[in-house]
Formats: sequence, structure tokens, C-alpha cells
Amino acid sequence: MENLLFFTIAVVIYLGVTGYLGYYGYKKTKNALDYLVAGRDVHPVVMAVSYGATFISTSAIIGFGGVAAMLGMGLLWLTALNIIIGIIIAFILFGKRTRKMGHNLEAHTFPELLGKRYQSSFIQSFSGLIIFIFMPLYAAAVLIGAARFLESTFPGVLNFNVALVVYSLIICAYVFAGGIKGVMYTDALQGAIMFIGMVVLLVLTYINLGGIVPAHRALSAMAAQVPEKLAAQGHLGWTSMPAFGSPLWWTLVSTIVMGVGIGVLAQPQLAVRFLTVKSDKEINRGVMAGAVFILVMTGAAYLVGALSNVYFFNNPQFKQIALAAAGGNVDKVIPLYINSAMPRWFVTLFMLTLLSAAMSTSSSQFHTMGTSIGRDFIEKIFFKGKGQRYTVLLTKIGILVGVIATVILGAKLPTSIIAIATAIFFGLCASTFLPAYAGALFWKGMTRSGAIASMCAGFTATALWFLFVHKKEAEAFGLCQALFHKPTLASMPWPLVDPVLIALPFSCVVAVVVSLCTKKIPGEHLDKCFKYFKA
Amino acid sequence: MFGIDDPQVWSAYLVCILSTLFCVVYGIVNWNKGDEEVHKEDQAWVAGEKSVEEKL
Repeated sequence: MENLLFFTIAVVIYLGVTGYLGYYGYKKTKNALDYLVAGRDVHPVVMAVSYGATFISTSAIIGFGGVAAMLGMGLLWLTALNIIIGIIIAFILFGKRTRKMGHNLEAHTFPELLGKRYQSSFIQSFSGLIIFIFMPLYAAAVLIGAARFLESTFPGVLNFNVALVVYSLIICAYVFAGGIKGVMYTDALQGAIMFIGMVVLLVLTYINLGGIVPAHRALSAMAAQVPEKLAAQGHLGWTSMPAFGSPLWWTLVSTIVMGVGIGVLAQPQLAVRFLTVKSDKEINRGVMAGAVFILVMTGAAYLVGALSNVYFFNNPQFKQIALAAAGGNVDKVIPLYINSAMPRWFVTLFMLTLLSAAMSTSSSQFHTMGTSIGRDFIEKIFFKGKGQRYTVLLTKIGILVGVIATVILGAKLPTSIIAIATAIFFGLCASTFLPAYAGALFWKGMTRSGAIASMCAGFTATALWFLFVHKKEAEAFGLCQALFHKPTLASMPWPLVDPVLIALPFSCVVAVVVSLCTKKIPGEHLDKCFKYFKA
Repeated sequence: MFGIDDPQVWSAYLVCILSTLFCVVYGIVNWNKGDEEVHKEDQAWVAGEKSVEEKL
């Protein structure tokens, strides 16, 4: 109870500082032009850390850290992709063009950018609906990550469902008190806390295990401890990739690394971040801080996750690998490790780290859900774009419905779900939006029909693959079994291949073929879209 | 390398560090590049964004 009181006080102080910074940021920007000019004073590190804080959530730290405890250091490929695709390509190639085109078309949301670029209400409303329906899955993953840590930190005081509600209430209070879109200063504070928390975690872990190389060697020496069930699926040890083509290899490479690594490019809540940037200069500068932030956040989570096996195995209290110590629930590994291996002062710091990670991501997610259903779907479908006076109300209702759906999903989803739920949403976004988004920014020949066809193809292919081919989800939904009396329609290795590897190439091909055969977008509209673009 | 035997894993470790270094160098080299004037489209966009945020 003493810890709970200490935690409550720390959270109240933290929320107070966050609220003050939000107010400070708001007061500093009195009018539009002021905002624009004042924005030039925003340090690029603040911009990049703010982006990183929205990108990295409890899902990455708790969920993917837990997956690293099970699958090993091969997850570092996801860190590599997060930097190469999530920073280098996203900032330098996509970010600069997104900012210019978003301003040229006066687009304020991701679906609105696509809709205005292709002069299609359908694209805007369809994108809004997809985001509103499926983003709660990702938002739930973020909440579960935070709740699992509270549950482990206060055993007997807070069970998982209570922890879920407590965390949800804290985040709701933050979102409805004005943190809806994440003012840069509050995001930067949250990013700074996350950065410090993860650096300390990584350093303490390496120190506890005798240094970098000895820690890695100790983990390599544990290869014989891989459980038979995992070994049969291709697990070769925590410092090795799973056997090529094995079930675990497909899970790691296609679902975790490719799905999330590529999917980040078409994340609606991240793409809109570039709209608030003032010039290419800020993006150029932000690349540096963004990469360092992502390296530390995800690299630390995956390394610590994998290395926690050495701690648990050598600790007389456990004497088993991390997954077994956590009762088979991947999502509990990092919380259990922090509470067992780290000093108490760090547990509180880590709680604030997770609160920051959850708040900065959740606020953007809930804002995106609200605008997707209010501005992009209902206003476009029912008011034909002329019901602006209802938009704010509809957005607020959308946020509320999104929050409720997220909490219910969080309570209902099975264990070991955080990374999988995140990967499903990222993969779905990549397959549905990426060809249309990339085409919008880079190919003047992409037509409205091409964009619509690619989005429909990507979404449908993903849904069908989940329902009838990808074994895990097809079994869970049960539709394939009910219709065809077998769990999946395809033979190996296809039931292990993530939809993103099928649906994304398919939607790309559809985008190109249909665009080449259909009516081009008028030149004057393209001139407006690409105004101020450098050749 | 790094106490890890599997080249598929230590190369991931290495790629992480090298890609971060690339970003650091890119940031330094382009530190003062990309400054742009504020166009009327930028001002209109910010006005619209501010209006929505204030209502929310």
C-alpha cells in the first residue's frame, strides 16, 4: 500500500507538470501566424522526440520486449527497420512531401489528405471508417501493456482489469483535459522520461549481467534451455535467428519485423505529425534525434527482453527461462523482470516511463479515432462535407466511443496479445493505405480509381488472408472451419505467412495496373498538390 | 561480434548502430538546409488547425 501511495503521488506530480507544459504551449501560440513563427523556435530535438514518443508506446516496450524474451535478439531487425523505414524513409522521403501537400490541400487528417489528393469523398470516408474500426485493437495493445505493469507492481492490490480501468481513467483525464493532440512540449517531456527510463534499464541490465559481451555470451550459452515446444518450431537459442522457414522464423520475419517495420509508414497518427512541422530544415534536424531515440527505446526493450532469460535462469527464486517465469504470458515478462531485478526507485521511474509511453501514443490514437469517424466519415457521408458545425461534437463522441471500445477490447483480448494486435493493425494499414499514400506523394500518374482499387484490394486481401489462410487468426475466427471444415485453406508455409507479404504487393500491383488504365487526375489539381515541390 | 555467434543477429545489432550513425551524420550535414518561407497555404493550414483544436 505504501508503494501504491508513492505511485499515486508520483503520478499526480507528473500529471501536474504535464498539464502545466500543455498550458504553456497553448498560451505561447496565441494566433495562427504567431504559432507558425513561434514554431521556428521549437527545437528539432523536441519535434523528433515528440514524434518518437507517439511512435513508441507500451506496446513496443512491454509487448515486443516480451516477444524478444521468447524469440531472442533477432528482434533487433525490427529496430533496424524502425530506424531505416520509420525515420530515414518516413522523415526524409515521406515527411517533407506530406507536409507540403497537406498544407497545399489544407488537409488536417490522414484520410483527408488522401481524399483531397485524389478528389474522392469515398477515399476519405472509407479510410476514416477503417481507422475507426481497427485502431482500437492497437490502442488496446497500448493499454494492456501499461495495465500488465501495474498488475505486476501491485499484486493483490490491483488485478489486471482494475489496472486497465485505472490506466484508462488517467489517460482519459489527460485526453479530455486538452492533451488531445499532444502538444509538442508535453510529448517531449514524455519522450525525455521514456528515454531516461530505457537508458537506465539497459545500463543496469548490462551491469547486472557483467557487461555487454559477457551478457550476450551467457545468453548464447542458454541455447540448451530452449523448451522442446519452441525448439520444434525452429527456436535455435536467444542469440540466433530461428531456423529458416520454420514457424517461428515466419512469425519473426513476416509478422513482427516486416509487418510492423513497413506498416509504420502508413500510420495515420504519425503521418499527420509532419503537417505541424514548419520547414524541411526541422525534418533534416529531427532525423538525428529521432534515430537515436528509436535506437534506445526499441533496442533497449528488445535487448533487455532477450537478456532477461539470463537473469531469471540464474536467479534461485526462478531458475527458469523468462517465458516460464512469467507463467507463459509474453506480456508479463518485462513487468516481472523490472519488479524482480531492478531497484524500487527504478520501478517508480519505469511506471512514469510507461505512463508517458502510453499517454503520448494513446492521446494521438484517440484523437485520430475521433477525427476519423467525425470529420472523415460521418461529415463526408451524411453531410457531404457541409456539416462542420457538427464535426466537433461528432469527433468528441467518436473519441468517447473509441475509448470505450478500446477498454472493452483490452479486457477481452487473450494473453500474449500486445505485439500481435499491434502487428495486425500496422500490417492492415500498410496493405490498405501505403500504395495510395506513396502514390499520392510520388506519382502524378496515380489515378483516383487506382487509389480506390488498391485500398479495397489491400483491405480485402488482408481480411480474407486472416479469415481463411493465416492459421492463428483463421482458427480464432472459426469462419474457415464453419464453411470448409478445416482450420485453413492453404498448405505450409502459407498459413504462417503474414498477410502484409501478400496483401501489400497485391495492392501495389492493383494500384499501378488500374492507374495505367483509368482517367488521369486533371493537371491543374496536380499543380496545386505538388506546388512548392522541388524537382 | 558483440559476443554473439550468429551473423544474422550481430549484423542486425550492427545495422542498428550504423543506420543511427547515418542519421546523425545526415542531421549534422543538413543542419542548416531546408529553410523555407511561409506561404499563404501554410498560414491557411495553421489557421484551420488552430480553429479545430480550440473547438475541441
